[in-house]
Amino acid sequence: MRAPDGPDVMAGEVLLSVANVSLSFGGVKAISGVSFDIRKGEIRAIIGPNGAGKTSMLNVINGFYQPQEGVITFKGKARAKMRPHDAADGGIARTFQNVALFRGMTALDNIMAGRTLKMHKNLFWQLLRHGPAMVEEVEHRHRVEEIIDFLKIQEIRRTPVARLPYGLQKRVELGRALAMEPDLLLLDEPMAGMNIEEKEDMSRFILDVNEHYGTTIALIEHDMGVVMDLSDRVVVLDHGIKIADGTPAEVMKNQAVIDAYLGVAH
Amino acid sequence: MDILYKAFIDPFMQMGAAPDLFVQTLWDGLVAGVLYSLIALGFVLIFKASGVFNFAQGIMVVFAALTLVGLHEKGVPAYLALAITIGIMFLLAVGVEKLMLRPLVNQPDIILFMATFGLTYFLIGFGELIFGGDPKVMIATQLGLPRGAIDFKFAGGFVSLQKIDIAATIIASIMVASLAIFFQKTRIGRALRAVADSHKAALSVGISLEQIWVIVWFAAGLVALATGIMWGARSEVSFALEIIALKALPVLILGGFTSIPGAIAGGVIIGVGEKIGEFYWGPLLGSGIETWLAYVIALVFLLFRPQGLFGEKIIERI
Repeated sequence: MRAPDGPDVMAGEVLLSVANVSLSFGGVKAISGVSFDIRKGEIRAIIGPNGAGKTSMLNVINGFYQPQEGVITFKGKARAKMRPHDAADGGIARTFQNVALFRGMTALDNIMAGRTLKMHKNLFWQLLRHGPAMVEEVEHRHRVEEIIDFLKIQEIRRTPVARLPYGLQKRVELGRALAMEPDLLLLDEPMAGMNIEEKEDMSRFILDVNEHYGTTIALIEHDMGVVMDLSDRVVVLDHGIKIADGTPAEVMKNQAVIDAYLGVAH
Repeated sequence: MDILYKAFIDPFMQMGAAPDLFVQTLWDGLVAGVLYSLIALGFVLIFKASGVFNFAQGIMVVFAALTLVGLHEKGVPAYLALAITIGIMFLLAVGVEKLMLRPLVNQPDIILFMATFGLTYFLIGFGELIFGGDPKVMIATQLGLPRGAIDFKFAGGFVSLQKIDIAATIIASIMVASLAIFFQKTRIGRALRAVADSHKAALSVGISLEQIWVIVWFAAGLVALATGIMWGARSEVSFALEIIALKALPVLILGGFTSIPGAIAGGVIIGVGEKIGEFYWGPLLGSGIETWLAYVIALVFLLFRPQGLFGEKIIERI
Protein backbone atom coordinates (compact mmCIF):
# COMPACT_ATOMS: atom_id res chain seq x y z
CA MET A 1 0.00 0.00 0.00
CA ARG A 2 1.03 3.54 -0.67
CA ALA A 3 1.26 5.18 2.68
CA PRO A 4 3.19 8.47 2.13
CA ASP A 5 0.76 10.56 0.14
CA GLY A 6 -2.30 8.68 1.32
CA PRO A 7 -3.88 11.24 3.64
CA ASP A 8 -3.98 14.26 1.33
CA VAL A 9 -5.29 12.14 -1.53
CA MET A 10 -8.08 11.00 0.73
CA ALA A 11 -9.11 14.59 1.25
CA GLY A 12 -8.37 15.67 -2.33
CA GLU A 13 -10.72 17.31 -4.75
CA VAL A 14 -12.84 15.15 -7.02
CA LEU A 15 -11.65 15.00 -10.65
CA LEU A 16 -14.33 12.74 -12.00
CA SER A 17 -17.51 11.43 -10.51
CA VAL A 18 -19.88 8.84 -11.82
CA ALA A 19 -23.41 9.00 -10.45
CA ASN A 20 -26.05 6.29 -10.88
CA VAL A 21 -24.73 5.18 -14.23
CA SER A 22 -26.59 2.38 -15.99
CA LEU A 23 -25.69 0.87 -19.31
CA SER A 24 -27.39 -1.94 -21.17
CA PHE A 25 -27.03 -3.60 -24.53
CA GLY A 26 -30.47 -4.66 -25.65
CA GLY A 27 -31.72 -6.71 -22.73
CA VAL A 28 -28.33 -7.25 -21.15
CA LYS A 29 -27.49 -4.96 -18.26
CA ALA A 30 -23.77 -4.28 -18.22
CA ILE A 31 -23.80 -1.64 -15.46
CA SER A 32 -26.65 -0.88 -13.06
CA GLY A 33 -26.72 2.30 -11.00
CA VAL A 34 -23.02 2.53 -10.23
CA SER A 35 -21.63 5.61 -8.45
CA PHE A 36 -18.07 6.40 -7.43
CA ASP A 37 -15.55 9.17 -7.74
CA ILE A 38 -11.93 9.58 -8.70
CA ARG A 39 -9.93 12.19 -6.80
CA LYS A 40 -7.23 14.36 -8.26
CA GLY A 41 -3.82 12.71 -8.06
CA GLU A 42 -4.88 9.29 -6.86
CA ILE A 43 -4.51 5.84 -8.34
CA ARG A 44 -7.95 4.31 -8.37
CA ALA A 45 -8.35 0.60 -9.09
CA ILE A 46 -11.50 -0.93 -10.53
CA ILE A 47 -11.64 -4.65 -9.85
CA GLY A 48 -14.14 -7.44 -10.12
CA PRO A 49 -14.65 -10.90 -11.60
CA ASN A 50 -14.94 -11.42 -15.36
CA GLY A 51 -18.03 -9.78 -16.83
CA ALA A 52 -18.39 -7.41 -13.89
CA GLY A 53 -18.64 -4.38 -16.18
CA LYS A 54 -15.19 -2.93 -15.58
CA THR A 55 -14.24 -2.34 -19.21
CA SER A 56 -17.76 -1.07 -19.93
CA MET A 57 -17.21 1.45 -17.16
CA LEU A 58 -13.99 2.71 -18.78
CA ASN A 59 -15.78 2.85 -22.12
CA VAL A 60 -18.47 5.01 -20.56
CA ILE A 61 -15.90 7.34 -19.02
CA ASN A 62 -14.05 7.96 -22.28
CA GLY A 63 -17.18 8.27 -24.37
CA PHE A 64 -17.12 5.00 -26.33
CA TYR A 65 -20.45 4.06 -24.77
CA GLN A 66 -23.29 6.39 -23.90
CA PRO A 67 -24.96 5.33 -20.65
CA GLN A 68 -28.76 5.18 -20.68
CA GLU A 69 -28.93 6.67 -17.21
CA GLY A 70 -26.69 8.59 -14.89
CA VAL A 71 -24.48 11.63 -14.88
CA ILE A 72 -20.74 11.86 -15.26
CA THR A 73 -19.00 14.94 -13.92
CA PHE A 74 -15.47 15.60 -15.15
CA LYS A 75 -13.51 18.64 -13.94
CA GLY A 76 -16.70 20.04 -12.46
CA LYS A 77 -18.67 19.80 -15.69
CA ALA A 78 -21.60 17.38 -15.78
CA ARG A 79 -22.35 15.76 -19.06
CA ALA A 80 -25.02 13.63 -20.55
CA LYS A 81 -23.33 12.69 -23.79
CA MET A 82 -19.72 12.87 -24.79
CA ARG A 83 -17.95 11.61 -27.85
CA PRO A 84 -14.49 9.98 -27.59
CA HIS A 85 -13.03 12.98 -29.39
CA ASP A 86 -14.34 15.35 -26.70
CA ALA A 87 -13.09 13.06 -23.93
CA ALA A 88 -9.63 13.05 -25.46
CA ASP A 89 -9.78 16.80 -25.90
CA GLY A 90 -10.82 17.23 -22.28
CA GLY A 91 -7.78 15.31 -21.06
CA ILE A 92 -8.82 11.67 -20.78
CA ALA A 93 -6.38 9.16 -22.28
CA ARG A 94 -6.58 5.39 -22.18
CA THR A 95 -5.05 2.06 -23.06
CA PHE A 96 -6.87 -1.10 -24.05
CA GLN A 97 -7.23 -4.59 -22.65
CA ASN A 98 -6.01 -6.17 -25.88
CA VAL A 99 -3.36 -3.74 -27.02
CA ALA A 100 -4.81 -1.42 -29.66
CA LEU A 101 -1.83 0.08 -31.45
CA PHE A 102 -1.47 1.34 -34.98
CA ARG A 103 0.19 -1.83 -36.12
CA GLY A 104 1.56 -0.60 -39.41
CA MET A 105 3.38 2.33 -37.80
CA THR A 106 6.63 2.58 -35.84
CA ALA A 107 6.71 3.00 -32.07
CA LEU A 108 7.68 6.64 -32.60
CA ASP A 109 4.77 7.33 -34.97
CA ASN A 110 2.37 5.62 -32.59
CA ILE A 111 3.42 7.90 -29.78
CA MET A 112 3.42 10.93 -32.09
CA ALA A 113 -0.18 10.07 -32.95
CA GLY A 114 -0.93 10.74 -29.30
CA ARG A 115 0.01 14.37 -29.96
CA THR A 116 -2.68 14.77 -32.63
CA LEU A 117 -4.83 17.08 -30.56
CA LYS A 118 -1.87 19.19 -29.50
CA MET A 119 -0.83 20.01 -33.05
CA HIS A 120 -2.67 22.79 -34.79
CA LYS A 121 -0.77 24.08 -37.77
CA ASN A 122 -2.76 23.85 -40.95
CA LEU A 123 -2.45 21.49 -43.83
CA PHE A 124 -0.79 23.97 -46.13
CA TRP A 125 2.29 24.29 -43.92
CA GLN A 126 2.27 20.59 -43.18
CA LEU A 127 2.49 19.76 -46.87
CA LEU A 128 5.36 22.15 -47.37
CA ARG A 129 7.08 20.74 -44.30
CA HIS A 130 8.36 24.20 -43.60
CA GLY A 131 7.83 27.20 -41.41
CA PRO A 132 5.44 26.87 -38.48
CA ALA A 133 4.55 23.22 -39.15
CA MET A 134 8.18 22.18 -39.08
CA VAL A 135 8.80 24.07 -35.85
CA GLU A 136 5.71 22.42 -34.40
CA GLU A 137 6.72 18.95 -35.51
CA VAL A 138 10.17 19.38 -33.94
CA GLU A 139 8.68 20.71 -30.72
CA HIS A 140 6.34 17.74 -30.36
CA ARG A 141 9.05 15.34 -31.36
CA HIS A 142 11.02 16.69 -28.43
CA ARG A 143 8.20 15.94 -25.98
CA VAL A 144 7.78 12.48 -27.46
CA GLU A 145 11.48 11.75 -27.06
CA GLU A 146 11.13 12.58 -23.36
CA ILE A 147 8.38 10.00 -23.06
CA ILE A 148 10.47 7.47 -24.97
CA ASP A 149 13.35 8.04 -22.54
CA PHE A 150 11.00 7.81 -19.58
CA LEU A 151 9.66 4.43 -20.73
CA LYS A 152 13.14 3.23 -21.73
CA ILE A 153 12.16 2.26 -25.25
CA GLN A 154 14.86 4.20 -27.12
CA GLU A 155 16.10 1.19 -29.12
CA ILE A 156 12.72 0.28 -30.58
CA ARG A 157 11.79 3.78 -31.73
CA ARG A 158 11.89 2.88 -35.42
CA THR A 159 10.50 -0.62 -35.14
CA PRO A 160 7.01 -1.26 -36.52
CA VAL A 161 5.01 -2.10 -33.41
CA ALA A 162 3.52 -5.28 -34.87
CA ARG A 163 6.99 -6.81 -34.57
CA LEU A 164 7.45 -5.97 -30.90
CA PRO A 165 6.90 -8.46 -28.09
CA TYR A 166 3.68 -8.06 -26.16
CA GLY A 167 5.22 -6.42 -23.10
CA LEU A 168 6.84 -3.70 -25.19
CA GLN A 169 3.65 -3.15 -27.17
CA LYS A 170 1.89 -2.43 -23.89
CA ARG A 171 4.63 0.04 -23.04
CA VAL A 172 4.30 1.83 -26.39
CA GLU A 173 0.57 2.01 -25.83
CA LEU A 174 1.17 3.63 -22.45
CA GLY A 175 3.56 6.04 -24.19
CA ARG A 176 0.90 7.02 -26.69
CA ALA A 177 -1.54 7.75 -23.86
CA LEU A 178 1.12 9.77 -22.00
CA ALA A 179 1.84 11.79 -25.13
CA MET A 180 -1.65 13.22 -24.75
CA GLU A 181 -0.54 14.74 -21.42
CA PRO A 182 -3.80 13.59 -19.87
CA ASP A 183 -5.34 14.71 -16.60
CA LEU A 184 -6.96 11.32 -16.25
CA LEU A 185 -5.33 8.14 -17.51
CA LEU A 186 -7.45 5.01 -17.89
CA LEU A 187 -5.53 1.74 -17.98
CA ASP A 188 -7.42 -1.40 -18.91
CA GLU A 189 -5.45 -4.34 -17.50
CA PRO A 190 -2.01 -2.82 -18.11
CA MET A 191 -0.32 -5.97 -16.85
CA ALA A 192 -2.44 -8.70 -18.42
CA GLY A 193 -0.34 -11.46 -19.91
CA MET A 194 2.96 -10.15 -18.56
CA ASN A 195 5.61 -12.06 -16.66
CA ILE A 196 6.71 -10.99 -13.19
CA GLU A 197 9.58 -8.86 -14.39
CA GLU A 198 7.44 -7.03 -16.93
CA LYS A 199 4.76 -6.50 -14.29
CA GLU A 200 7.29 -4.93 -11.96
CA ASP A 201 8.52 -2.62 -14.71
CA MET A 202 4.99 -1.60 -15.59
CA SER A 203 4.08 -1.00 -11.93
CA ARG A 204 7.13 1.23 -11.63
CA PHE A 205 6.10 3.24 -14.69
CA ILE A 206 2.56 3.66 -13.40
CA LEU A 207 3.79 4.93 -10.04
CA ASP A 208 6.30 7.23 -11.73
CA VAL A 209 3.66 8.70 -14.02
CA ASN A 210 1.48 9.33 -11.00
CA GLU A 211 4.26 10.89 -8.95
CA HIS A 212 6.25 12.84 -11.54
CA TYR A 213 3.48 14.08 -13.79
CA GLY A 214 0.79 14.13 -11.10
CA THR A 215 -1.52 12.24 -13.45
CA THR A 216 -4.67 10.78 -11.96
CA ILE A 217 -4.96 7.13 -12.89
CA ALA A 218 -7.86 4.70 -12.99
CA LEU A 219 -6.85 1.13 -13.68
CA ILE A 220 -8.49 -2.22 -14.10
CA GLU A 221 -6.36 -5.07 -12.83
CA HIS A 222 -6.79 -8.72 -11.90
CA ASP A 223 -3.55 -9.25 -10.03
CA MET A 224 -4.47 -8.54 -6.39
CA GLY A 225 -0.85 -8.04 -5.39
CA VAL A 226 -0.50 -5.29 -7.99
CA VAL A 227 -3.75 -3.66 -6.89
CA MET A 228 -2.64 -3.67 -3.26
CA ASP A 229 0.75 -2.17 -4.16
CA LEU A 230 -0.42 0.52 -6.53
CA SER A 231 -3.80 1.84 -5.64
CA ASP A 232 -4.96 4.40 -3.15
CA ARG A 233 -8.59 3.33 -3.36
CA VAL A 234 -10.43 0.45 -4.94
CA VAL A 235 -13.96 0.12 -6.29
CA VAL A 236 -15.28 -3.42 -6.71
CA LEU A 237 -17.90 -4.31 -9.33
CA ASP A 238 -19.77 -7.57 -9.70
CA HIS A 239 -22.47 -8.26 -12.30
CA GLY A 240 -22.59 -4.55 -13.07
CA ILE A 241 -23.25 -3.50 -9.46
CA LYS A 242 -20.86 -1.81 -7.07
CA ILE A 243 -20.30 -4.10 -4.10
CA ALA A 244 -17.48 -2.34 -2.30
CA ASP A 245 -15.44 0.87 -2.30
CA GLY A 246 -12.52 1.84 -0.11
CA THR A 247 -8.81 1.40 0.57
CA PRO A 248 -7.29 -1.88 -0.63
CA ALA A 249 -7.12 -3.17 2.95
CA GLU A 250 -10.78 -2.40 3.62
CA VAL A 251 -11.89 -3.95 0.37
CA MET A 252 -9.95 -7.15 0.90
CA LYS A 253 -11.71 -7.72 4.21
CA ASN A 254 -15.15 -7.05 2.76
CA GLN A 255 -17.32 -10.18 2.86
CA ALA A 256 -19.22 -9.32 -0.35
CA VAL A 257 -15.91 -9.06 -2.20
CA ILE A 258 -14.67 -12.36 -0.86
CA ASP A 259 -17.96 -13.99 -1.88
CA ALA A 260 -17.82 -12.51 -5.36
CA TYR A 261 -14.32 -13.79 -5.92
CA LEU A 262 -14.54 -17.17 -4.23
CA GLY A 263 -18.22 -17.89 -4.60
CA VAL A 264 -20.72 -18.30 -1.78
CA ALA A 265 -21.41 -21.65 -0.12
CA HIS A 266 -25.02 -22.62 -0.61
CA MET B 1 5.03 -27.05 -83.62
CA ASP B 2 3.66 -24.11 -85.49
CA ILE B 3 1.66 -22.92 -82.51
CA LEU B 4 4.67 -23.13 -80.24
CA TYR B 5 6.67 -21.12 -82.71
CA LYS B 6 3.94 -18.50 -82.87
CA ALA B 7 3.64 -18.33 -79.11
CA PHE B 8 7.24 -18.39 -77.98
CA ILE B 9 9.49 -17.31 -80.83
CA ASP B 10 7.68 -15.23 -83.37
CA PRO B 11 6.60 -12.40 -80.98
CA PHE B 12 10.20 -11.88 -79.85
CA MET B 13 11.44 -11.95 -83.43
CA GLN B 14 8.95 -9.19 -84.19
CA MET B 15 10.12 -7.17 -81.22
CA GLY B 16 13.68 -7.46 -82.40
CA ALA B 17 12.81 -6.72 -86.02
CA ALA B 18 10.97 -3.49 -85.27
CA PRO B 19 12.23 -1.98 -82.02
CA ASP B 20 10.46 1.30 -82.78
CA LEU B 21 7.11 -0.47 -82.75
CA PHE B 22 8.06 -2.20 -79.54
CA VAL B 23 8.96 1.09 -77.86
CA GLN B 24 5.74 2.63 -79.14
CA THR B 25 3.70 -0.22 -77.69
CA LEU B 26 5.60 0.01 -74.43
CA TRP B 27 4.86 3.73 -74.20
CA ASP B 28 1.17 3.23 -74.96
CA GLY B 29 1.06 0.59 -72.28
CA LEU B 30 2.82 2.85 -69.81
CA VAL B 31 0.34 5.68 -70.36
CA ALA B 32 -2.65 3.39 -70.00
CA GLY B 33 -0.97 1.94 -66.92
CA VAL B 34 -0.54 5.35 -65.31
CA LEU B 35 -4.25 6.00 -65.72
CA TYR B 36 -5.11 2.59 -64.27
CA SER B 37 -2.86 3.47 -61.36
CA LEU B 38 -4.78 6.66 -60.76
CA ILE B 39 -8.10 4.83 -60.63
CA ALA B 40 -6.66 2.18 -58.35
CA LEU B 41 -5.24 4.93 -56.15
CA GLY B 42 -8.75 6.25 -55.57
CA PHE B 43 -9.79 2.80 -54.33
CA VAL B 44 -6.70 2.38 -52.16
CA LEU B 45 -7.18 5.74 -50.42
CA ILE B 46 -10.69 4.90 -49.30
CA PHE B 47 -9.95 1.27 -48.55
CA LYS B 48 -6.97 2.18 -46.38
CA ALA B 49 -8.79 4.67 -44.22
CA SER B 50 -12.20 3.11 -43.91
CA GLY B 51 -11.92 -0.50 -45.05
CA VAL B 52 -14.63 0.15 -47.61
CA PHE B 53 -14.27 -1.13 -51.14
CA ASN B 54 -15.77 1.82 -52.95
CA PHE B 55 -17.69 0.47 -55.90
CA ALA B 56 -18.59 4.05 -56.83
CA GLN B 57 -14.99 5.07 -57.63
CA GLY B 58 -15.58 4.49 -61.36
CA ILE B 59 -18.70 6.57 -61.45
CA MET B 60 -16.98 9.29 -59.43
CA VAL B 61 -14.53 9.59 -62.33
CA VAL B 62 -17.41 10.04 -64.76
CA PHE B 63 -19.32 12.35 -62.44
CA ALA B 64 -16.32 14.62 -61.92
CA ALA B 65 -15.52 14.82 -65.63
CA LEU B 66 -19.19 15.33 -66.51
CA THR B 67 -19.58 18.13 -64.01
CA LEU B 68 -16.51 19.88 -65.37
CA VAL B 69 -17.57 19.64 -69.00
CA GLY B 70 -21.23 20.28 -68.21
CA LEU B 71 -20.42 23.50 -66.35
CA HIS B 72 -18.26 24.69 -69.22
CA GLU B 73 -21.07 23.95 -71.68
CA LYS B 74 -23.33 26.16 -69.60
CA GLY B 75 -20.92 29.02 -70.17
CA VAL B 76 -18.65 28.86 -67.14
CA PRO B 77 -14.99 29.60 -67.98
CA ALA B 78 -12.79 26.49 -67.94
CA TYR B 79 -10.70 27.27 -64.86
CA LEU B 80 -13.69 28.48 -62.87
CA ALA B 81 -15.51 25.28 -63.86
CA LEU B 82 -12.51 23.32 -62.57
CA ALA B 83 -12.60 25.18 -59.26
CA ILE B 84 -16.35 24.64 -58.90
CA THR B 85 -15.96 20.95 -59.74
CA ILE B 86 -13.34 20.63 -57.00
CA GLY B 87 -15.82 22.30 -54.65
CA ILE B 88 -18.53 19.86 -55.70
CA MET B 89 -16.22 16.89 -55.07
CA PHE B 90 -15.69 18.28 -51.57
CA LEU B 91 -19.43 18.57 -51.01
CA LEU B 92 -19.81 15.02 -52.26
CA ALA B 93 -17.26 13.86 -49.67
CA VAL B 94 -19.10 15.70 -46.90
CA GLY B 95 -22.42 14.27 -48.10
CA VAL B 96 -21.06 10.73 -48.23
CA GLU B 97 -19.73 11.05 -44.69
CA LYS B 98 -22.91 12.57 -43.25
CA LEU B 99 -25.54 10.55 -45.10
CA MET B 100 -23.82 7.25 -45.79
CA LEU B 101 -20.86 6.48 -43.55
CA ARG B 102 -22.04 8.00 -40.28
CA PRO B 103 -25.38 6.18 -40.08
CA LEU B 104 -23.64 2.94 -41.02
CA VAL B 105 -20.75 3.18 -38.59
CA ASN B 106 -19.80 -0.16 -37.01
CA GLN B 107 -21.76 -2.09 -39.63
CA PRO B 108 -20.05 -5.00 -41.38
CA ASP B 109 -17.92 -4.08 -44.39
CA ILE B 110 -20.30 -5.79 -46.79
CA ILE B 111 -23.06 -3.36 -45.77
CA LEU B 112 -20.84 -0.39 -46.56
CA PHE B 113 -19.87 -2.03 -49.83
CA MET B 114 -23.55 -2.32 -50.74
CA ALA B 115 -24.04 1.31 -49.77
CA THR B 116 -21.41 2.29 -52.35
CA PHE B 117 -23.56 0.50 -54.96
CA GLY B 118 -26.35 2.80 -53.92
CA LEU B 119 -24.04 5.78 -54.27
CA THR B 120 -23.12 4.59 -57.79
CA TYR B 121 -26.71 4.57 -58.96
CA PHE B 122 -27.42 7.87 -57.27
CA LEU B 123 -24.49 9.51 -59.07
CA ILE B 124 -25.54 8.04 -62.42
CA GLY B 125 -29.08 9.31 -62.04
CA PHE B 126 -28.10 12.67 -60.61
CA GLY B 127 -25.43 13.26 -63.27
CA GLU B 128 -27.81 12.36 -66.08
CA LEU B 129 -30.56 14.52 -64.64
CA ILE B 130 -28.40 17.62 -64.60
CA PHE B 131 -26.04 17.19 -67.53
CA GLY B 132 -27.89 14.75 -69.77
CA GLY B 133 -26.73 11.34 -70.93
CA ASP B 134 -25.00 12.28 -74.18
CA PRO B 135 -21.27 11.77 -74.54
CA LYS B 136 -19.34 15.02 -74.25
CA VAL B 137 -15.93 16.20 -75.36
CA MET B 138 -13.39 16.92 -72.62
CA ILE B 139 -12.32 20.56 -72.51
CA ALA B 140 -8.66 19.62 -72.53
CA THR B 141 -7.40 22.57 -74.61
CA GLN B 142 -9.37 25.09 -72.61
CA LEU B 143 -7.70 23.75 -69.48
CA GLY B 144 -4.31 24.38 -71.01
CA LEU B 145 -3.44 20.77 -71.72
CA PRO B 146 -1.15 20.42 -74.75
CA ARG B 147 -2.25 18.91 -78.04
CA GLY B 148 -0.44 17.17 -80.84
CA ALA B 149 2.41 14.74 -80.74
CA ILE B 150 6.17 14.67 -80.51
CA ASP B 151 7.73 12.31 -83.04
CA PHE B 152 11.28 11.18 -82.78
CA LYS B 153 13.43 8.87 -84.78
CA PHE B 154 14.22 5.59 -83.19
CA ALA B 155 15.97 2.56 -84.63
CA GLY B 156 15.10 3.39 -88.19
CA GLY B 157 11.46 4.18 -87.48
CA PHE B 158 9.35 6.72 -85.63
CA VAL B 159 8.00 6.75 -82.15
CA SER B 160 5.17 9.14 -81.55
CA LEU B 161 4.35 10.49 -78.11
CA GLN B 162 1.07 12.32 -77.63
CA LYS B 163 1.70 15.49 -75.65
CA ILE B 164 -1.44 14.92 -73.62
CA ASP B 165 -0.10 11.53 -72.58
CA ILE B 166 3.13 13.09 -71.41
CA ALA B 167 1.14 15.66 -69.45
CA ALA B 168 -1.01 12.90 -67.97
CA THR B 169 2.05 10.99 -66.83
CA ILE B 170 3.58 14.08 -65.23
CA ILE B 171 0.38 15.12 -63.48
CA ALA B 172 -0.23 11.59 -62.23
CA SER B 173 3.32 11.38 -60.90
CA ILE B 174 2.96 14.68 -59.05
CA MET B 175 -0.36 13.60 -57.54
CA VAL B 176 1.02 10.27 -56.41
CA ALA B 177 4.14 11.86 -54.95
CA SER B 178 2.19 14.48 -53.02
CA LEU B 179 -0.23 11.87 -51.70
CA ALA B 180 2.67 9.73 -50.57
CA ILE B 181 4.29 12.67 -48.74
CA PHE B 182 0.93 13.62 -47.28
CA PHE B 183 0.39 10.10 -45.93
CA GLN B 184 3.89 9.60 -44.58
CA LYS B 185 4.91 12.95 -43.21
CA THR B 186 2.02 15.06 -42.00
CA ARG B 187 -0.06 14.97 -38.85
CA ILE B 188 -3.23 14.35 -40.84
CA GLY B 189 -1.46 11.66 -42.84
CA ARG B 190 -0.45 10.00 -39.59
CA ALA B 191 -4.04 10.25 -38.41
CA LEU B 192 -5.20 8.63 -41.66
CA ARG B 193 -2.87 5.70 -41.17
CA ALA B 194 -3.93 5.49 -37.56
CA VAL B 195 -7.58 5.23 -38.52
CA ALA B 196 -6.72 2.57 -41.09
CA ASP B 197 -5.01 0.50 -38.38
CA SER B 198 -7.46 0.77 -35.50
CA HIS B 199 -10.66 2.76 -35.19
CA LYS B 200 -10.94 2.58 -31.43
CA ALA B 201 -7.32 3.46 -30.77
CA ALA B 202 -7.62 6.39 -33.18
CA LEU B 203 -10.72 7.60 -31.34
CA SER B 204 -8.97 7.28 -28.00
CA VAL B 205 -6.22 9.71 -28.99
CA GLY B 206 -8.81 12.19 -30.20
CA ILE B 207 -8.70 11.64 -33.94
CA SER B 208 -12.06 12.49 -35.43
CA LEU B 209 -13.21 9.71 -37.76
CA GLU B 210 -15.68 12.05 -39.45
CA GLN B 211 -12.94 14.49 -40.41
CA ILE B 212 -10.67 11.73 -41.69
CA TRP B 213 -13.43 10.22 -43.82
CA VAL B 214 -14.20 13.56 -45.43
CA ILE B 215 -10.51 14.02 -46.19
CA VAL B 216 -10.05 10.61 -47.84
CA TRP B 217 -13.25 10.83 -49.85
CA PHE B 218 -12.26 14.30 -50.99
CA ALA B 219 -8.78 13.05 -51.94
CA ALA B 220 -10.37 10.16 -53.82
CA GLY B 221 -12.67 12.69 -55.51
CA LEU B 222 -9.69 14.78 -56.64
CA VAL B 223 -7.97 11.68 -57.99
CA ALA B 224 -11.22 10.81 -59.78
CA LEU B 225 -11.35 14.29 -61.31
CA ALA B 226 -7.75 14.03 -62.56
CA THR B 227 -8.47 10.59 -64.00
CA GLY B 228 -11.65 11.87 -65.63
CA ILE B 229 -9.85 14.76 -67.32
CA MET B 230 -7.01 12.58 -68.62
CA TRP B 231 -9.19 9.70 -69.70
CA GLY B 232 -11.87 11.97 -71.10
CA ALA B 233 -9.26 13.76 -73.19
CA ARG B 234 -8.23 10.48 -74.80
CA SER B 235 -11.74 9.33 -75.66
CA GLU B 236 -14.88 11.13 -74.56
CA VAL B 237 -16.81 11.81 -71.40
CA SER B 238 -19.68 9.38 -71.10
CA PHE B 239 -21.11 6.93 -68.63
CA ALA B 240 -19.38 4.16 -70.55
CA LEU B 241 -16.19 5.39 -68.85
CA GLU B 242 -17.49 3.82 -65.67
CA ILE B 243 -16.21 0.42 -66.74
CA ILE B 244 -12.63 1.58 -66.42
CA ALA B 245 -13.25 0.98 -62.72
CA LEU B 246 -13.30 -2.71 -63.60
CA LYS B 247 -9.78 -2.27 -64.95
CA ALA B 248 -8.73 -1.16 -61.50
CA LEU B 249 -9.69 -4.49 -59.99
CA PRO B 250 -6.80 -6.54 -61.44
CA VAL B 251 -4.51 -3.62 -60.60
CA LEU B 252 -5.65 -3.78 -56.99
CA ILE B 253 -5.30 -7.54 -56.83
CA LEU B 254 -1.82 -7.18 -58.20
CA GLY B 255 -0.71 -4.26 -56.07
CA GLY B 256 -2.47 -5.08 -52.84
CA PHE B 257 -5.50 -3.16 -51.63
CA THR B 258 -3.63 -1.10 -49.06
CA SER B 259 -0.51 0.00 -50.88
CA ILE B 260 -0.02 3.22 -52.81
CA PRO B 261 3.24 2.03 -54.45
CA GLY B 262 1.39 -1.21 -55.21
CA ALA B 263 -1.33 0.67 -57.05
CA ILE B 264 1.29 2.40 -59.17
CA ALA B 265 3.39 -0.68 -59.94
CA GLY B 266 0.24 -2.76 -60.50
CA GLY B 267 -1.19 -0.19 -62.90
CA VAL B 268 1.98 -0.03 -64.97
CA ILE B 269 2.37 -3.83 -65.10
CA ILE B 270 -1.24 -4.27 -66.19
CA GLY B 271 -1.10 -1.42 -68.71
CA VAL B 272 2.14 -2.53 -70.33
CA GLY B 273 1.24 -6.23 -70.15
CA GLU B 274 -2.07 -5.58 -71.82
CA LYS B 275 -0.70 -3.57 -74.74
CA ILE B 276 2.29 -5.84 -75.36
CA GLY B 277 0.09 -8.91 -75.07
CA GLU B 278 -2.49 -7.55 -77.46
CA PHE B 279 0.06 -6.43 -80.01
CA TYR B 280 2.31 -9.48 -80.12
CA TRP B 281 0.22 -12.37 -78.87
CA GLY B 282 -3.22 -11.07 -79.84
CA PRO B 283 -3.18 -12.34 -83.44
CA LEU B 284 -2.42 -15.85 -82.19
CA LEU B 285 -5.64 -15.91 -80.19
CA GLY B 286 -7.77 -14.03 -82.67
CA SER B 287 -7.25 -10.58 -81.11
CA GLY B 288 -9.37 -8.78 -78.55
CA ILE B 289 -7.40 -10.27 -75.67
CA GLU B 290 -6.85 -6.82 -74.18
CA THR B 291 -10.20 -7.00 -72.39
CA TRP B 292 -9.35 -10.06 -70.34
CA LEU B 293 -5.59 -10.28 -70.30
CA ALA B 294 -5.38 -8.00 -67.24
CA TYR B 295 -7.29 -10.53 -65.16
CA VAL B 296 -5.06 -13.37 -66.31
CA ILE B 297 -1.94 -11.39 -65.37
CA ALA B 298 -3.46 -10.65 -61.95
CA LEU B 299 -4.35 -14.32 -61.43
CA VAL B 300 -0.84 -15.45 -62.28
CA PHE B 301 0.61 -12.99 -59.75
CA LEU B 302 -1.90 -14.16 -57.17
CA LEU B 303 -0.56 -17.69 -57.43
CA PHE B 304 2.78 -16.50 -56.14
CA ARG B 305 1.84 -13.56 -53.94
CA PRO B 306 -1.68 -13.90 -52.56
CA GLN B 307 -1.37 -10.61 -50.66
CA GLY B 308 -0.43 -8.70 -53.82
CA LEU B 309 2.94 -7.22 -54.71
CA PHE B 310 3.05 -4.70 -51.88
CA GLY B 311 0.10 -5.72 -49.74
CA GLU B 312 0.65 -6.35 -46.07
CA LYS B 313 1.40 -9.95 -45.39
CA ILE B 314 -1.40 -11.35 -43.32
CA ILE B 315 -0.03 -13.15 -40.32
CA GLU B 316 -2.40 -14.35 -37.65
CA ARG B 317 -1.20 -15.38 -34.25
CA ILE B 318 -2.99 -18.47 -33.13
